[in-house]
Amino acid sequence: MSLIDSIPLRRSFGLPRADGLIQWIVPLVIIVIWQIASVIGLVPTRVLPAPSDVALAGWKLLLSGELVRNIWVSFWRASIGFLIGGSIGFAFGLANGLSQLSAKLTDTTLQMVRNVPHLALIPLVILWFGIDESAKLFLVALGVFFPIYLNTLHGIRTVDPQLIEMGRIYGMSDGELFRRVIFPGALPSIFVGIRFALGIMWLTLIVAETIAASSGLGYMAMQAREFMLIDVVVLSILIYALLGKLADTASHLLERLTLAWHPAFQKR
Amino acid sequence: MQTALLLPETERNERARITPQARRRREDRPALGLPLTIRNLRKSFGDNEVLRGIDLHIPAGQFVAIVGKSGCGKSTLLRLIAGLDKIDAGAISFGEAARPEDIRVMFQEPRLLPWARVLSNVEVGLGRDRASQDAHPRAEHALTEVGLADKRDQWPSVLSGGQKQRVALARALVSQPRVLAFDEPLGALDALTRISMQRLLERVWRDQGFTAILVTHDVAEAVALADRVLVIEEGRIAHDATVNAPRPRERGSVELAGLEGSILRHLLSADDRT
Ligand SMILES: Nc1ncnc2c1ncn2[C@@H]1O[C@H](COP(=O)(O)OP(=O)(O)OP(=O)(O)O)[C@@H](O)[C@H]1O
Ligand SMILES: [Mg+2]
Repeated sequence: MSLIDSIPLRRSFGLPRADGLIQWIVPLVIIVIWQIASVIGLVPTRVLPAPSDVALAGWKLLLSGELVRNIWVSFWRASIGFLIGGSIGFAFGLANGLSQLSAKLTDTTLQMVRNVPHLALIPLVILWFGIDESAKLFLVALGVFFPIYLNTLHGIRTVDPQLIEMGRIYGMSDGELFRRVIFPGALPSIFVGIRFALGIMWLTLIVAETIAASSGLGYMAMQAREFMLIDVVVLSILIYALLGKLADTASHLLERLTLAWHPAFQKR
Repeated sequence: MQTALLLPETERNERARITPQARRRREDRPALGLPLTIRNLRKSFGDNEVLRGIDLHIPAGQFVAIVGKSGCGKSTLLRLIAGLDKIDAGAISFGEAARPEDIRVMFQEPRLLPWARVLSNVEVGLGRDRASQDAHPRAEHALTEVGLADKRDQWPSVLSGGQKQRVALARALVSQPRVLAFDEPLGALDALTRISMQRLLERVWRDQGFTAILVTHDVAEAVALADRVLVIEEGRIAHDATVNAPRPRERGSVELAGLEGSILRHLLSADDRT
């Protein structure tokens, strides 16, 4: 998720299938050690419940339907917020990358807003929207907007001008030039933005749900804390980790599909 | 006696090999190369007066090479001919109204779209005909012509430098241009690939009959390929040498070496004067 990842030279995708399992060895070992430590009493269960207890708590919540409902609510908030913020960011990125006028008009303003940490707006957002759905969506959308905007803009501005000239020489119309040259050229950078945005999306949602919500995973964790249900708290955290991993995997998959031409994604 | 008889004989065979192919091309496309006339052409960038009155006529189908020291304005001239930059003064005219597809340029960099397969890259060269029904077969034909038919479904990133440049050539050829301008297209290639590319250029030029304008740093290359070599100096054409050696030319022959020497001397003496 760092900038290093976007350096296209040595990305370790296209790994052989066996490596798909290798990455799960470390989490598995950690869980096993954790379980043993809990059973022999090395870690008091008041501090950290055993993995088996967490799994049990998850099973109970699953049976009561509470778990699925909360995951669904969080997932829905995350995706809608991401879609709204992402598409607005993408639209501004396109406009400012393609039009000098638009860039002059809005870029400075956007850069100024960017420097305000969006979570600092939580008090204001609660005043505006209460603890309504729109509050969470607004915060997620705002958080997601900037990485997508900045990376789309950067991607479009750094498309090889020689390729654009080539397109013009060969008689491409503006639309064709965008479709065949500019957009594909900007896509790797847009994906970097998407992966940053996914991280920010979860972060924002957790914080927002913890502070101001009446449903969702963050709310579930806060409720559990009030009743001292530490196993449910740990369960929520683990689910966040899994969902984050899921989102990242999905974006990788999409990346591999659309960037098949990129040397970093070619199977050798 | 024997050799004297043999030489014209091999040449006749060579011509016989080329001609039927050339005739076939000529049939499906009646109009060939366009003549090019340049009158008092001027171009400046700010205070830098690059071209100071170029006068030039190139007959249809001629192969012209342009040499000159770095920064003398060769690329600038080529870009003006290709319509990529605005003319300050003077005029460039092609014999008859030329369509955009009739004039093509090839650069030192292949400028292939990395996200398009080789065949789609060639199709880009069709210009407005890109969407037409026969786009595929035409692009395939152009690829075959440069000997890369088997690479049609590859990504450009897996090709070698010489292969990329051949794809770029196929893209330039696919619209059957009537003027083809080259800006040091072989500059980045190794010596061997260079020679095979030179042969390829000469072959497609003879097959298709377009007017060729080749900018190059390599005087030997200019002499080996062109009918005529122009030297640009101080924004004007300072020297205009005709190469009469028959084709196919023998590389390193005394005649070509002599001509190469005289052009080089010309370039160097200009360098000494400044
Ligand atoms: N777009 C531009 N803006 C300003 N100056 C330019 C521009 N293009 C070319 N020049 C100037 O015009 C002069 C001629 O440039 P040009 O590229 O035509 O040289 P060249 O003969 O092709 O050189 P080389 O053999 O090194 O490629 C140079 O002094 C260059 O600095
Ligand atoms: Mg040049």
